Amino acid sequence: MMWIAWKMLIGNRVKYLGIVFGVVFAALLIAQQSSIFCGLMSLTISQIRDTEGPDIWVMDRSVQYVDDIKPLADTELFRVKSVPGVEWAVRFYKGLGRARIQEGTYQQMILLGLDDATLVGAPAGVFMGSIADLRKPDAVIMDDAGYKRTWPGEPYRLGRTFEMNDRRAVLVGLTKASRTFQSFPICYPRYSQAVLFAPPERKVLSFVLADPAPGVDPEEVCRRIEERTGLQALTRSQFVWKTIRYYLQKTGIPVNFGITVFLGFLVGTAIAGQTFYLFTVENIRQFGALKAMGTSNWTILWMVLAQALQVGVVGYGVGVGLAALFGQAVKGGLRLSFFMPWQVLAITAAAVFVIVLLASLLSIRKVLVVDPAIVFRS
Amino acid sequence: MTALDPARTAATPEAALAGDRDLAVRVRGVTKEFGTGDSVTRALRGVDLDVPYGELLMLVGPSGCGKTTLVSIIAGTLEPTAGEVAVLGFDLVAMSNGRKVRFRRDNVGFVYQAYNLLPALTAAENAAVPLLIAGWRRAAAVEAASDVLDTLGLGDKLASLPSELSGGQQQRVAIARALVHEPRLLVCDEPTSALDAENGRITMELIQRIAVQPDRAVIVVTHDSRVYAFADRIASMEDGRIESIAVGPRQMRTSSDSAASGSL
Repeated sequence: MMWIAWKMLIGNRVKYLGIVFGVVFAALLIAQQSSIFCGLMSLTISQIRDTEGPDIWVMDRSVQYVDDIKPLADTELFRVKSVPGVEWAVRFYKGLGRARIQEGTYQQMILLGLDDATLVGAPAGVFMGSIADLRKPDAVIMDDAGYKRTWPGEPYRLGRTFEMNDRRAVLVGLTKASRTFQSFPICYPRYSQAVLFAPPERKVLSFVLADPAPGVDPEEVCRRIEERTGLQALTRSQFVWKTIRYYLQKTGIPVNFGITVFLGFLVGTAIAGQTFYLFTVENIRQFGALKAMGTSNWTILWMVLAQALQVGVVGYGVGVGLAALFGQAVKGGLRLSFFMPWQVLAITAAAVFVIVLLASLLSIRKVLVVDPAIVFRS
Repeated sequence: MTALDPARTAATPEAALAGDRDLAVRVRGVTKEFGTGDSVTRALRGVDLDVPYGELLMLVGPSGCGKTTLVSIIAGTLEPTAGEVAVLGFDLVAMSNGRKVRFRRDNVGFVYQAYNLLPALTAAENAAVPLLIAGWRRAAAVEAASDVLDTLGLGDKLASLPSELSGGQQQRVAIARALVHEPRLLVCDEPTSALDAENGRITMELIQRIAVQPDRAVIVVTHDSRVYAFADRIASMEDGRIESIAVGPRQMRTSSDSAASGSL
């Protein structure tokens, strides 16, 4: 009987495509908007992700997210180092600087100052020059997107110079780096260099990056650091989620995306529901005939649900497929962040399931109450 | 010849029938009301009717006289308001809805005025629907249905969709669908009203040739006086009642043939 349901469904091409369109529309909008949202969220944590090596980030207690810098005194580094279970700890600068390019233009840049001795936190994707070159005087490494933004249309060339806070900076390397939320170029100097590039402040230490001793639980080490220094210590994962939570709770971003997703859900439900209902009404005599011939209400119920599920599966597949194609298309060209984790697929699937369920509810009621004697009426 | 010639209307035709075991349908005092209160409509007003096995009974009468309501009750698709309905030995009034569904599935074949074929299924697939409802595997059901269609002269139309068939051909597919699971009661609602005279005659011939069997009963609701000739008996309805039951031309012919062979 499920086969009959399937044939009935695809037999009316126009209606079938109409129902599928509604689900595709909803799935596409939900998956695409959710993926852009996830992409934006991933931008907010890109600098935590890209800073390889340390498992623990130590900061002022009032820091709420990665870009919320509350400088510490340089002496905090030694206090952190003295906490039992800390294998090592280094300084890390994060701030903004204004670069004056030789051509006379200005460009705001994100400064990530790496520990002079160890260069902990250096980017892993250097594709031109080398990290070791950072030890040269005035040396900086820049991300490739930042390079293109600073010198648009020009080929990659090391040795270029620019000024920051009246200090000379020399480009010694280029790296791949995740895009940031502000989309500024990322500039990696040594810590001692970074504090000179930045506007002068009394305290300049942004974070202390640390690693737990082998065999010691990082969360336990964080707890000890907080206990002994009064600072805030978070594992990398904790800091990532703290940053994401901040953007979720303190910005309007989730609401804006949520509204679009909800509209997609509503419109998809309306289109799919209305078309599915019309499809059922159009076939009501056929359902009546099947009931008259001895098809039970349960079987009829399953037939309608199978039809709805079939539409849902096809609509979901096409919808998320289109969303993925969209993501692939904007990956290179448009500066639109797009990240589709499995959770987006799962949420979209759940939403589509609810849509087809809601869409089929009216139809189910209609076919269940249809009098099999309807077939005797001309 | 007038099918409802009062001269040939038996006073109590049911009395001539043998015991209940010979009756496929036994209806007693059936009433059916639609609506409630002041807006109540009485579609049937105490109908009595017996249909023996091996008979083709026609229900005739003007529109709104209750033919369709009566046949719906006999087929188990409608509940009577009051009265007794026994079909093929089953008490339909006492039967639960679930059992009634199974009863229809196993025992009743339907031929509708509007055919009610599923437009997305081929002729063979449409004819196989009752077998699929009964749980047959698709291939076996379609094969069995194809055999029936072949018998009905549609062997070359098995893969055709209803939209590719003429009205007469569609009705033959509907007949195949009604007979494929070998039901013991065949209910036909205006099977010829949408057909021209020739196709109507062919349809009735097919119903008579294939469906009328000693262990089966056929009830045909019709307005079409051209097909009265195929009836064993004709029950004439008026205002929710059976006004008269006449012996149909077919039974008259059979009786006269028997008499002739007896005299020989």
